[in-house]
Amino acid sequence: MAAETAVTRTPPALVETGGGGRVRRTGRLTPYLFLLPYFAVFATFVLAPAVYGLWISLHDWDYLLPGKPFVGLDNYQALFDSNSAVYSFWWESLSATGIFTVLSVPLLLIIPLLLALLLNRSFRGRTFFRAVYFAPYVLGVAVIGVLWRFVLDPNLGVVNSVLGAIGLPGDTPWTTALPWGWVTLVGVTVWWTLGFNAVIYLAGLQDIPRELYEAARIDGGGKWAEFRHVTLPGLRPVLLFVTVNTILVSANMFGQSYLITQGAPGTETRTAIMYIAQVGLSDYKMGSAAAMSYLLTACLLVISVIVFRLFREKDA
Amino acid sequence: MRRVRPIAWYTVLIGLSLVFIAPLVWMLLTAFKTPGEATRVPPTVLPQEPTTGAFDTLLGNSQTPVLRWFLNSVLAATGQAVLVLAVASMAAYALARLDFRGKRLIFGMIIATLFIPSFVLIIPNFLIVDRFGMLDTLWALIIPGAAGAFGVFFLRQFFLSLPRELEEAAVLEGANAWQIFTKVVLPLSKPALATLAVISFLTNWNDFIWPIYVLFSPEQFTLPPGLAILQGAYTINYPVIMAGALVASIPVLLLFMVAQRYVIEGVSRSGLKG
Repeated sequence: MAAETAVTRTPPALVETGGGGRVRRTGRLTPYLFLLPYFAVFATFVLAPAVYGLWISLHDWDYLLPGKPFVGLDNYQALFDSNSAVYSFWWESLSATGIFTVLSVPLLLIIPLLLALLLNRSFRGRTFFRAVYFAPYVLGVAVIGVLWRFVLDPNLGVVNSVLGAIGLPGDTPWTTALPWGWVTLVGVTVWWTLGFNAVIYLAGLQDIPRELYEAARIDGGGKWAEFRHVTLPGLRPVLLFVTVNTILVSANMFGQSYLITQGAPGTETRTAIMYIAQVGLSDYKMGSAAAMSYLLTACLLVISVIVFRLFREKDA
Repeated sequence: MRRVRPIAWYTVLIGLSLVFIAPLVWMLLTAFKTPGEATRVPPTVLPQEPTTGAFDTLLGNSQTPVLRWFLNSVLAATGQAVLVLAVASMAAYALARLDFRGKRLIFGMIIATLFIPSFVLIIPNFLIVDRFGMLDTLWALIIPGAAGAFGVFFLRQFFLSLPRELEEAAVLEGANAWQIFTKVVLPLSKPALATLAVISFLTNWNDFIWPIYVLFSPEQFTLPPGLAILQGAYTINYPVIMAGALVASIPVLLLFMVAQRYVIEGVSRSGLKG
């Protein structure tokens, strides 16, 4: 719609400035008309909710009730008050997210880097293998969730029956007990997303000038020195992006727990996002859930800043 | 480059490939087994009595309208890809090529939201979508997602990399901004537009948490929340669940095979923005 407006708007401006022999300028409104459609969606579904959520978190906001009394910071306070109804579930879910993040991030930083180094050579079929390793990522969490739930089913899954058939314990409770639940969730996530990080690393590796490697070779220092003094410094911006992004994605974990362990045992693998969604969108206690999501965002912000600092210190 | 021993090299590569592909093959094979065979110990690899029974069960159950879910997924993912291309390309063009007051502020604001974790927006967006009467409709899956900053960012970078000469030539010929955008810039940007379209389509097709909470009636579902329903309804009737997963996988795997270059290009770029 705004596109049509732009068309009908611009010609008059052209006529005005057209005859003067100067290079034509675009109408003053034109840039805003180009921006308008995106900005309307952006303002409605990103800017507005970011502020609206804060407002909700200051209320006892039950979606199903007409009254939504203002309660100040009570929703936040309740998260730190061990007598409140949400306290133990909230911290349990936050620690589940923490455990998952701490276990999966290092693996998702290192394994994809090794894979990218493996693929960063010239050989036949390179593009093909890169695509194969990336393939699981193309499938959504719903597909990989129900698939691994089946493959790792403690009683009926193929993993346990193969392990049993070759004389290993065939009754590992992959999806129903700890620590196996974490092994499963972390393992599946690494399998699913490592291709994503590997592709980003690979692009970063290809941006490192070859002359640097040649110079390192002349200095003589072997593969390891080359990796430490050329590859790693060359990858620093990419490494920073991958680190921050992987932390954020891990902290967002939802579907794997929802489908594979369903929070089991008990609610021990229920992540913070699962709990927030349940409180806010199943139980409709939106004020409390909004407070939780802002607290989690604050934690992530602090962590991101720390990561940025760490990377900058290495510069000096 | 160091010479590699071809046999050892390809053994490693193919071995690794199996790790990624075998579970997907298992999904395919299971979809054509009987429920009993799917969980037999020791397991059979190829279906002993290949059957489409799982698909018949799936299609015969009006509580799990998989074809409808498939159609909804196609509509939502296509709709969002089209919307993203339209709004993001216009905004990106303004930010890359036009001068106006507040440009840096607007661009800074868009970039800053890349750091907002998506879960913060879910609860207020549920209420906003409700206010617009879009709950339990496909619009809820199409419109809010088009607000993502990636498309604008990605296309802006691409437009900045285009040579200005062609646009300047068009200006001398009397073209206005809209004509330059549609007749010069967009045709030159086909690869970038294709990349963005494919990435938007895949992201929307696979979205899970949002459709679970904004869709309620089974006939409004897309495939990902549908799979969660199948898992709940058929618990250990794994061939039926795998048949559903297969239906959800095949379109994106085919798209990936055809557009592999674009997908990987888009993902690599997302890392270089830092």
